[in-house]
Amino acid sequence: MKTLRNFLDKIKPQVEKGGRFEKLRSTFDAFETFLFVPDKVTFKGSHIRDVMDMKRTMIVVILALVPALLFGMWNVGYQYNLSIGETGSLMNNFWFGFGKVLPIIIVSYVSGLAVEFIFAQYRGHEVNEGFLVSGLLIPMIVPVTIPLWMVAVSTIFAVVIGKEAFGGTGMNIFNPALLTRAFMFFAYPADMSGDQVWVWGLNKGSHVVDGFSGATPLGNAGLGLFDKLPELSDMIIGTIPGSIGETSKIAILIGAAILLFTGIGSWRIMLATLIGGVGMTLIFNAADANEYMKIDPLTHIMMGGFLFGLVFMATDPVTSAQTNRGKWIYGILVGMFAIMIRVFNPAYPEGMMLAILLMNTFAPLIDHYVIQSNISKRLKRSKLLVQNK
Amino acid sequence: MDNLFNLFVRSIFIDNMIFAYFLGMCSYLAVSKTVKTSVGLGIAVTFVLLITAPLNWLVDFYVLKPGALKWLSADLADLDLSYLSFLIFIAVIAAMVQLVEMFVEKFSPPLYNALGIFLPLIAVNCAILGVALFVQERDYQTISEVTVYAVGSGVGWFLAITAIAAIKEKISYSAIPPGLRGLGISFIITGLMAIAFMSFMGIKI
Repeated sequence: MKTLRNFLDKIKPQVEKGGRFEKLRSTFDAFETFLFVPDKVTFKGSHIRDVMDMKRTMIVVILALVPALLFGMWNVGYQYNLSIGETGSLMNNFWFGFGKVLPIIIVSYVSGLAVEFIFAQYRGHEVNEGFLVSGLLIPMIVPVTIPLWMVAVSTIFAVVIGKEAFGGTGMNIFNPALLTRAFMFFAYPADMSGDQVWVWGLNKGSHVVDGFSGATPLGNAGLGLFDKLPELSDMIIGTIPGSIGETSKIAILIGAAILLFTGIGSWRIMLATLIGGVGMTLIFNAADANEYMKIDPLTHIMMGGFLFGLVFMATDPVTSAQTNRGKWIYGILVGMFAIMIRVFNPAYPEGMMLAILLMNTFAPLIDHYVIQSNISKRLKRSKLLVQNK
Repeated sequence: MDNLFNLFVRSIFIDNMIFAYFLGMCSYLAVSKTVKTSVGLGIAVTFVLLITAPLNWLVDFYVLKPGALKWLSADLADLDLSYLSFLIFIAVIAAMVQLVEMFVEKFSPPLYNALGIFLPLIAVNCAILGVALFVQERDYQTISEVTVYAVGSGVGWFLAITAIAAIKEKISYSAIPPGLRGLGISFIITGLMAIAFMSFMGIKI
């Protein structure tokens, strides 16, 4: 550690303004910040400094993602062993999944960070921590069999078009991780849907025991196979096929607790999305027009990526609504649209991704009207005050 | 009644004029700088659609369609005037736009000034001619269907332009690369919004 610090100190003058490698400053800065807390000291005036800077925020989100990620890795191995009719031990399953998931994580980080570094270097701003979370979210919302080059292409698309074109971290309109998934979903549908992609080896013709189906609960529901839905307890624990991070609801709830406790995830959005989803399901239950509408709210929430999107995607502080009242409206509409797309649209079994992207589109409009109504309310109040004087 | 509601929802979300057909792009890209003016233009387009689409349908149904002039005399039963439809539709739309323009100028001068040249340009807004032609092509049989479809399309266009206006207001302080500022980023936003709107494609109500 000491030698690393010394090394950084040695090359620091060269990348400072006027130094030999002045152009590489943002790259240096990024590594220094990543390894050590920045040593900048204020000299003038008093400043309140909070430890909760962007780096800290992102690390808390990563911590919150870890339970779901670890469970996802275990589940990859568990599902594989289930499909070939063997039972692996706990560590056996985990290491199998670890070997399959780690390459996806590496590819997503390398391709995304490469774009970030190139842009930061070229445009002369600092490398932001924004991609730390996106880079981990991307592997968690894809099926484990996804070819790695697709991960790279989609990540680069999302970071360049969805984020850097808008000016980088904090200025994007659409959630980069979801944009990556949407790009994969529409560009390579064969590798993102169906019942062959969710378990390792199925689409490569591995030996599958009779009676094993790799279909996700949502896939079955979309096809009308309601008697094939797994037990509710399986869906909650997460021993079902699905995207890597989305299966275990318990692990996701642990993440949600971390986010809520530290105040990083907005409880308003989480609660509102839940209300929207449950409300829409109850409306469908009352309408009762087809089999899909009869599914009860709890099953709906436990199926697929609803909870994962609710906790980690809808609460994205950049792309969601910024005002408090806007957050309620935003969340409720996300929940409603997610369930509506599931039930109405046979083309897409999962509605959460597109519901959040859709509401990302409308979040600025919601904010605009919330702010306008606040302005007019206060104007009215001040006019009343003037009249009363 | 059920059918009309489906048509309304379809025309707003699934067959959205901007995101599904990319019609009416010029004013959509140019007037969406602030939410206020885009709301004005959105209302104007919806209003013009509400008037012109049923009018054009009436003209088409009773004059232009093959054999439409049967009601006049039996001799005209095999007369086909549909080659005139472009001409007539444009004329009806232009006349109606003049009316709306005079109306807006009288009752809301600030909006009139904000909309500027784009208000008369509604006359050649492809979304409006597009609706008239879609109505002809899809062969709607009742005037209520046409009206609902026209209003739905207008509302869809209205939603699209206000959403992009709010996004543009939000990103007005973003460090967008200089070459992309203005029209470039608008195209990118529109493309990304269209991805989000693809959530409705394939819905069967």
